[in-house]
Amino acid sequence: MNTYLRMYEREARVYKGVWRGSVFSSFVNPFLYLIAMGMFLGRLVDEQTGGVAGVTYLEFLAPGLLAATAMQAGAGDSAWPVLAGIKWQKTYVAALASPLRSRDIVIGHLAWVATRVALVSVIYVLVAALLGATGLASGLLAVIPAVLTGLAFAGLVSWFSATLEDGIGLTNLFRFGIMPLFLFSGTFFEISRLPDWMEPIAYITPLWHGVELTRAVALGTEPPLGRLGHAAVLVGVIVVGTALAARQFEKRLVV
Amino acid sequence: MSDALVIAHDLTKRFGDFTAVDSIDFEVQPGEAFGFLGPNGAGKSSTMRMIGAVSPITSGSLSVLGLDPVTQGPELRSRIGVVPQEDSLDVELTVAENLMIYGRYFGLTRSVIRPRIEELLDFVQLNGKRDEKVDKLSGGMKRRLTIARSLINQPELLILDEPTTGLDPQARHVLWDRLYRLKQDGVTLIVTTHYMDEAEQLCDRLVVMDQARIVAEGAPADLIVQHSTREVLEMRFPPGTQEENIAQLGGLAERMEILPDRVLLYTPDADSTSSEAHARGIRPVAQVSRRSSLEDVFLKLTGRSLVE
Ligand SMILES: Nc1ncnc2c1ncn2[C@@H]1O[C@H](COP(=O)(O)OP(=O)(O)OP(=O)(O)O)[C@@H](O)[C@H]1O
Ligand SMILES: [Mg+2]
Repeated sequence: MNTYLRMYEREARVYKGVWRGSVFSSFVNPFLYLIAMGMFLGRLVDEQTGGVAGVTYLEFLAPGLLAATAMQAGAGDSAWPVLAGIKWQKTYVAALASPLRSRDIVIGHLAWVATRVALVSVIYVLVAALLGATGLASGLLAVIPAVLTGLAFAGLVSWFSATLEDGIGLTNLFRFGIMPLFLFSGTFFEISRLPDWMEPIAYITPLWHGVELTRAVALGTEPPLGRLGHAAVLVGVIVVGTALAARQFEKRLVV
Repeated sequence: MSDALVIAHDLTKRFGDFTAVDSIDFEVQPGEAFGFLGPNGAGKSSTMRMIGAVSPITSGSLSVLGLDPVTQGPELRSRIGVVPQEDSLDVELTVAENLMIYGRYFGLTRSVIRPRIEELLDFVQLNGKRDEKVDKLSGGMKRRLTIARSLINQPELLILDEPTTGLDPQARHVLWDRLYRLKQDGVTLIVTTHYMDEAEQLCDRLVVMDQARIVAEGAPADLIVQHSTREVLEMRFPPGTQEENIAQLGGLAERMEILPDRVLLYTPDADSTSSEAHARGIRPVAQVSRRSSLEDVFLKLTGRSLVE
């Protein structure tokens, strides 16, 4: 058995105990956005402009929200739970007394996050398809870029969490990092609407690449950097984030 | 070549500029119960963590089960059990789930782990709590679960860092009995503790650590002979009069320890020392004569009392 799968199993089992609340919260929010913004605000947008980027606002929003939801799930699972494993409950410390190594913990954790993001994404797509916000097949295909988006954040946030001593940094990360990204990375409107000075900022955030790729897959369009281009950026961020996290776990826990 | 299970030579651990363990030497023989005694901050846990291959050594050499903890960590850890000083259980999971997960860390199959869970819960008397969330357990029950967890891989060597801290007296005695049984089964034990009675009961041999160094080593009984007198006379004086009384105690005993609340007189024969003191007109409000214990050795070597 690959050693990281042992940590995967632990994460899955912990999740089993809380999955109801967790699925509910990671999914209710985007659902509410989809209805309020996609359907009601969307009607207004469509009446005024005849749609966005050639599709209805609801169809435009649905894949963007999918990527943003994946980001939030990936970041959330790698924030407080990671700090708890390292510091509050020390369950990761306990795991290091077994044959597991810190990289097994990081990889097992991230592998689990990928699974969970996929789960949340699939449920989201099913509901979005019911609402007519996306095609079922193209929506399900878009789960793949959504998982890449979730993982990109999971790696970076795991690394960040492993540098912290308390939860304040995480609260700030979500308040000043994740939330603004959610609003300004092309989820709700194309970033060409942003003031010129803000646009480049959006380009360097992983979420923008995730949103563009997810939307392109769902709508069958070609994104600015090409599908491969955006995918390469996301994979690059995943690799860097995972490596940083593994290094930080080792530095923090093996002392 | 020595056939010791653990061989430490010049073993040193530094955290930045701070030296937590300062070139200590010791050997643990197969099948023995080996203790580390020492005041807070002496370096006991740092030493345990190096032996457990979770903390790299700074310098010196360390071999555990013939393996190098730094380069063969995973293999070494698969053969030992560890009870860390701080519980680190999965509080959202149940008692049985904690054991299952931990067994899985060792690559054991579920069908191997399942019967072990029942045995171990029996062993630490937590059968009734099998499906209880760890959150809901008392501190002592968590401690017992941590001990059960450390045994899931049937270790050859068990490292216990203050295993009974937080346990009630009855649970402590039960644990001593369990550890004794493990020892009978051939498991080698390394224990740190602040309880002298625990050390005397459990340990075949022990070292006393103080300020990162080993200050004494031996069997409990030998240490007492080496570092203390046969008997001790403890005297307690009315509040505020301890100092004037001490002035009159000169020459009565081989050695005297002055604690905030009482005076300890080290002597071969406590009763005759007591009579002499009486003859000098010394009238303590309470006095006890007793055999020397490890506590006294500890007090002498580290200048600190464990019973605060
Ligand atoms: N990770 C660390 N970083 C810096 N200093 C540390 C670290 N771990 C331990 N120390 C320091 O090393 C010294 C020895 O600590 P250690 O935990 O080994 O003591 P101990 O003998 O187990 O004490 P106690 O009886 O309180 O458990 C202490 O001064 C402690 O502050
Ligand atoms: Mg300690």
